[in-house]
Amino acid sequence: MATVELSFTALPAHIRTARLVATAVARRSGVDESLLDEVRLAVGEACSRAVEGHQLYCPAEPVRLALTDMAGRFEVEVTDTCTPDGLASGVAAADEGGPEESGRAGLPAGLGIAVLTSLADDVQISTTPAGTRIRMSWPTAGSSLVR
Amino acid sequence: MDLKLDHHSKDGIEIVDVEGEIDVYTAPRLRELLIELVNNRFYQLVVNMERVEFLDSTGLGVLVGGLKRVRAHDGSLDLVCTQERILKIFRITGLTKVFGIHDTVDEAIAARRAEK
Repeated sequence: MATVELSFTALPAHIRTARLVATAVARRSGVDESLLDEVRLAVGEACSRAVEGHQLYCPAEPVRLALTDMAGRFEVEVTDTCTPDGLASGVAAADEGGPEESGRAGLPAGLGIAVLTSLADDVQISTTPAGTRIRMSWPTAGSSLVR
Repeated sequence: MDLKLDHHSKDGIEIVDVEGEIDVYTAPRLRELLIELVNNRFYQLVVNMERVEFLDSTGLGVLVGGLKRVRAHDGSLDLVCTQERILKIFRITGLTKVFGIHDTVDEAIAARRAEK
């Protein structure tokens, strides 16, 4: 069972709340202060991607964030319930609105994924029958892997 | 913290002061301001990010979009940022090679003047 679970309506306004909760739980779990900005940014990117997908394909469904204090690791799991096809291009889907509509206009599709992949030590992205799950983790105090 | 935006002219360059968090929720406001400035023929821009607390890839996209707009008019968009946590995302994405990133507004203005 996750230490903290958060389920939120797929609106951009709630992504900040998700970031704040994730950072607070990461700190409490013993993630080093120097890594908290990485946790915050990676969780924000994962949640942004999920929210964008939900707004396009399933706006009524909530985005789920699970934060787990494991032995020596702090794990974050962001789960969306969009169709895998719909989220395969994630950011690209948001670009459909053209440069005036998309915040990421001019940047390559999948940039958010590229950013979070470079931030977390361990990133696993998997598709499920329901949607996509992004699992990331960072070392906590007491782990021999703490940087 | 939400996003606060302000702008003023200095030495013929429009300085955009940004404070707070730039993410998928707030970035549209920054994008609208940059579009408005370009529409009002301000093509030399410096975005002061010294008081930005958070920036994600959506925010990067807005800045790149602004850069493309001013460049279409032979303009420029430089950044002022010394915060490591903000600079990190520019480095990760390789955008340190795209933007002029300076320590102070005066330095950004001087660099722009030197290129003219």
